[in-house]
Amino acid sequence: MSKEVSFSAELLCLLEENPLRSSETLAKLLGREAAEVEQEIARLEKEKVILAYKAIVDDEKAQRRTVKAVIEVKLVPERGGGFDRLAQRIARYSEVTSCFLMSGGYDLLVFLEGSTLQEVARFVSEKLATLHGVTSTATHFMLRTYKEQGILVGEAVDTSRLSISP
Amino acid sequence: MSGSAMQPAPDPQADKILPFLPSGESWIARHVRDLPRSGIRDFFDLVQSMEGIVSLGIGEPGESTFWNIREQAIFALESGKTGYTSNLGLLRLRQAISGYMERLTGVCYDPEGEILVTVGVSEALDCALRAIINPGDHVLYADPSYVAYSPSVLLAHGVPIGIPTRFEEEFQLRAEAVAQRAKPGVKALLLNSPANPTGAMVDEGELEKIASLSEREDWVVLSDEIYAELTYEKRHRSIASFPGMKERTVVLNGLSKAFAMTGFRLGWACGPAPLIAAMVKIHQYSMLCAPILSQEAGIEALEHGATQIESMRRSYRRKRNYLWRSLTAMGFPCHRPEGAFYLFPSILPFHLSSQEFAFRLLQEARVAVVPGTAFGSSGEGYLRCSFSPRMGDLEEAVARMNRWMRANFRKGACPTAGD
Repeated sequence: MSKEVSFSAELLCLLEENPLRSSETLAKLLGREAAEVEQEIARLEKEKVILAYKAIVDDEKAQRRTVKAVIEVKLVPERGGGFDRLAQRIARYSEVTSCFLMSGGYDLLVFLEGSTLQEVARFVSEKLATLHGVTSTATHFMLRTYKEQGILVGEAVDTSRLSISP
Repeated sequence: MSGSAMQPAPDPQADKILPFLPSGESWIARHVRDLPRSGIRDFFDLVQSMEGIVSLGIGEPGESTFWNIREQAIFALESGKTGYTSNLGLLRLRQAISGYMERLTGVCYDPEGEILVTVGVSEALDCALRAIINPGDHVLYADPSYVAYSPSVLLAHGVPIGIPTRFEEEFQLRAEAVAQRAKPGVKALLLNSPANPTGAMVDEGELEKIASLSEREDWVVLSDEIYAELTYEKRHRSIASFPGMKERTVVLNGLSKAFAMTGFRLGWACGPAPLIAAMVKIHQYSMLCAPILSQEAGIEALEHGATQIESMRRSYRRKRNYLWRSLTAMGFPCHRPEGAFYLFPSILPFHLSSQEFAFRLLQEARVAVVPGTAFGSSGEGYLRCSFSPRMGDLEEAVARMNRWMRANFRKGACPTAGD
């Protein structure tokens, strides 16, 4: 028997899976009316529970030449504000695609994107490393993507089934 | 495969007729020669010959087996686990099955003598039938039913007796209908809840009455519970969990459906030790053991698969809702099934037979469904539509059916084109 999951939680799962489904299809999947679904999506968007809808792209197939890097950043926490003020300041740079506070050997994990290796290296050495409160950075360039946000990249798997089976 | 098919009485002239059969036919045993081809097989051949078909005809999960289970099979292969196992199956797997069955049904089975690991539920059913049937014994089952029930009984030299179930009763097997067939000669009752092809679940109250009836009539109950994990509104109840029933019930289950492991061919039978011992006799001389790689993968599935099953169940529930609402909106009278992954809509308003409807849907809309008659004579007037395919395929099938229905039928009207 299926465990009860709230309408919002199920709707969010379906939108994360595929945001392009019509409200009619979502309503059929959830056993609701299309108007209810539209209303709930509007609420989730307004309250910023849903931040954005984005496509996940295979950069190799799209022939993108972007350079991606992951930076481990160590910070000096501020009295009263901890890491938040500095982390938010770093996150605002357009080169930064994701930024997470971490436990363990470093404090922030920063994902960067640039058009060349030099551009990324310059950002780290000239912007990130020079910020007051940043004590060290370790930069790792990404070489290849195998899985992106739960989606396998570049793997053609034959999952075909017999058209008719008992 | 008529639902109420009776085994033909031995024909004393039959052996004299044999020499006139086409070459080779005379070598075939009579009961095999007389066995009808599966209706699903004929339709499969037709579908395979066509391009660009979207299929709602699959009787298995549309997704691959979870990676951790596949990886465990690979690791077992790399580790050189390529030999036979005990006839009963790996002890660790039987222990895992015992724990799993207790969680699922509340019934405890001894891994040492009450569990037999088989090559899918199909082999478990075959062994169980051959272990209990003397030639001419009758076996009751609901009609429509899984395609193999009637032929398996016939191959075991038994007599299959189909009990028609009705749309008006949501295709539920009723104790009263079973009681009407309680006659001398009946040896066993074959249950399947949730059911293929209807998705029907036997109500707990009815199940209790059927249990009492089985005890009174001294029947063996073979309970195919392969869809027990896939229920959407209420928990599965095994007939073996009623007082006194474990002693006369063989529960058949496996990993094909809930764990998406159809190709691994791994099932099991749980029951009283003397019955399991009899089944082992057959199993050891025919199959010997289930493949060791599948057994190793099965341990991983049973020990670490609970979260994955829950996510699959939720996904099936949503897809059931989607297909059910789509089909009813098109004008198909249809119950919302409580379990398994099939809808069994009626096509009576459209004045075509199951075969004709399925054939035209295939030819004209390029959507494959299975005619209800493939599952027994009570399946006439219905189609089996699986909601196990991936969501993209379901959406495409619904879009095609919608267009075709609009072009050919008004709700409840006769065909307007292509006839």
